[in-house]
Amino acid sequence: MSLRVWWLAFVGGLAVLVLIAISIARMYAPPRTAPEEAPVASAPTTPKETAHITATLFFGAPDGQSLAPMRRDVPLADSVVEQGRQIVTAQLTEIPPAPYVSVIPAGTMLRAFYVTDRGDAFVDLSSDVVKGHPGGSLNELLTVYAIVNAVSANLPVAKRVQILVDGKEADTIAGHVDLRRPLTRNDSLVRETDEK
Amino acid sequence: MPLRTFVVAIIILAFVANTGGQDLTQATPLIMVSREGRRPIPTMVQGGREVVALDDVAGLFRVTVKEDTLAGGVTVSYRGRTIVASANRPMASVEGRVVSLPSPVIRVGNRWLVPIEFLSVALASIYDQRIELRRASRLVVVGDVRLPRVTTNIDFAGPPTRASIEISPAAAVTVNTEPGRMLVRVDADALDFPSATGGGLVQLIRQGEQPNQLVVTLADAAGAPRATVTTANNVARILIEVPAAVAAEPATPNPDPRAPTPEPRAPEPDPRASIIATRAWQTIVIDPGHGGDDVGVRGAKGIEEKQLTLDIARRLRGMIENRLGLRVILTREDDRTLGLDDRAAVANNGKANLLISLHVNGSRVPEQSGAEIFHLQLDRESAEVVRVATAEGASLPTLGGGVRRLDLIPWDLAQARHLDESSVLASVLQEELRRQVPMSTHPVREAPMRLLAAANMPAALVEVAYLTNPQQEARLNTDDFKTTVAQAVFSAIVRFRAWSEESQTP
Repeated sequence: MSLRVWWLAFVGGLAVLVLIAISIARMYAPPRTAPEEAPVASAPTTPKETAHITATLFFGAPDGQSLAPMRRDVPLADSVVEQGRQIVTAQLTEIPPAPYVSVIPAGTMLRAFYVTDRGDAFVDLSSDVVKGHPGGSLNELLTVYAIVNAVSANLPVAKRVQILVDGKEADTIAGHVDLRRPLTRNDSLVRETDEK
Repeated sequence: MPLRTFVVAIIILAFVANTGGQDLTQATPLIMVSREGRRPIPTMVQGGREVVALDDVAGLFRVTVKEDTLAGGVTVSYRGRTIVASANRPMASVEGRVVSLPSPVIRVGNRWLVPIEFLSVALASIYDQRIELRRASRLVVVGDVRLPRVTTNIDFAGPPTRASIEISPAAAVTVNTEPGRMLVRVDADALDFPSATGGGLVQLIRQGEQPNQLVVTLADAAGAPRATVTTANNVARILIEVPAAVAAEPATPNPDPRAPTPEPRAPEPDPRASIIATRAWQTIVIDPGHGGDDVGVRGAKGIEEKQLTLDIARRLRGMIENRLGLRVILTREDDRTLGLDDRAAVANNGKANLLISLHVNGSRVPEQSGAEIFHLQLDRESAEVVRVATAEGASLPTLGGGVRRLDLIPWDLAQARHLDESSVLASVLQEELRRQVPMSTHPVREAPMRLLAAANMPAALVEVAYLTNPQQEARLNTDDFKTTVAQAVFSAIVRFRAWSEESQTP
């Protein structure tokens, strides 16, 4: 009798150990979905995978003369306006691989983003975009049109884009390019690149 | 026998080594363009310099070449006039006057080789016809040949794609539209057209089958193109606008189905021109960019854009006042903060004939260098505002029973009246700066520039160099460079004033 009890206890303990081992192995195993994708920058506390869209963002090309379009994952949003916010935020913060450069002054934040019924998108930036701008006409053109193109290339509803600074209409960012009116997409500054 | 073979081999080797030391390689021939047609001039490269053989020159230009073995030199004669050159010397004596050459005259085997500049520097002085060497397009122009320079540019990729073709000096132009392409025929013997371009809905602008013809090939998605030709004494400008095929057809309904593709329109005479024409140039406004709290670009060594622009502006003012006798107003005389509207107001209130805003550039790429010129590009909405204002302009009765038309263009889009002139100004500035200072790879740009939009006169913004480029920063702070830039802008002002006054004469 006692031998049988010991035997059952042994088998039960073994089963528990096997279950523990399996669950530990599962914890450390890579996720089953998208095994070949680059790791997505998401918080480890949110195991539910975030959906993404692929947006075209614009960075300074190595020649210093043009914008290079690159495709980047941006979190999928519930509405057009929220999607616009996500795209502009990515455009402001994303750092491209060298020798490409960001044309947005570091620290520039998106204060607000909205789209009117006429298709005018308003991008309200923090004043860091003015304070941190190194100057130069072409440099300023690249900064302005990186934002204008990022919005109009990815949001078909936005026909034109007006940049505001600290909630107000701005003349220019660095003394050259007219920001008083909404601007349309400028492809003449864009040079295609092999970089993805 | 083996010894003789060895000696012969040594001699051959020595000979080969002797001639091989000159390291000559064939280059793409220059093209000689004259009334007789086009003929190639063979050239070679020696030590990085392009040279031409005097025996080839003798045949093409009908000059006599004689070698003076005793003096180690060569004589080139044409109708009693002579050039004497000596081996291994970078100079020649032309009718007793010494001219310098960029590299020495050399003798290789039986041939005398001279740098290609010999043609324009030395031979032109004894020749009875003009000889002009155009290095960029690899042409040697001989005699009274009409060979205007053609520059092409895709101003806006679009759609609609806007391209421009400039012909300098100006010549009569006819533009014919065919399915998928436009043919531009220039009243000239040939065209100096260095390179083909394309972009947007304009697939390619290239030299046509005829020497005086250009072909503009359109992309499949292109709609009916439109060409506008503006001709002045110095520059003929063809502005081509190509809409997308789908957008073009409903937008421009053609009431007459028999009507062909829109013919290129001749520019309509501007009724304001006769009013402006009576006014000779009196005032030029120079705007030294930035100032006061707004330092502009700052170089690695601490040099600030605002100081350089004021310095160059003062030099330029001295040149204009002393040599042209015109009134010059600087938008700021010292280091002070000044808004862009205030700067435009100085020019508008001063009834200036010209506004030039001086700036120094900055880039996130330190290697970037060279001068750039900006003129105004109106965005679609502003262009529409101007079009409506011009079309619906108000009329006022005048004394004597006449009617005076008013164009109600918003004050902050005053530049809309001067877009074409400003575009000519930009290209003249580019040509004059190019002679004196390094240029950027994309030297002329159309952009929505805030200051220029409000200027009620031809206006351009010049970025003279890059302060973020260490070599350019070092050069920018020298007197020599600042005077050179001022001199180049001054030369452009002189040319543009001549063009403006001539083109506005009724």
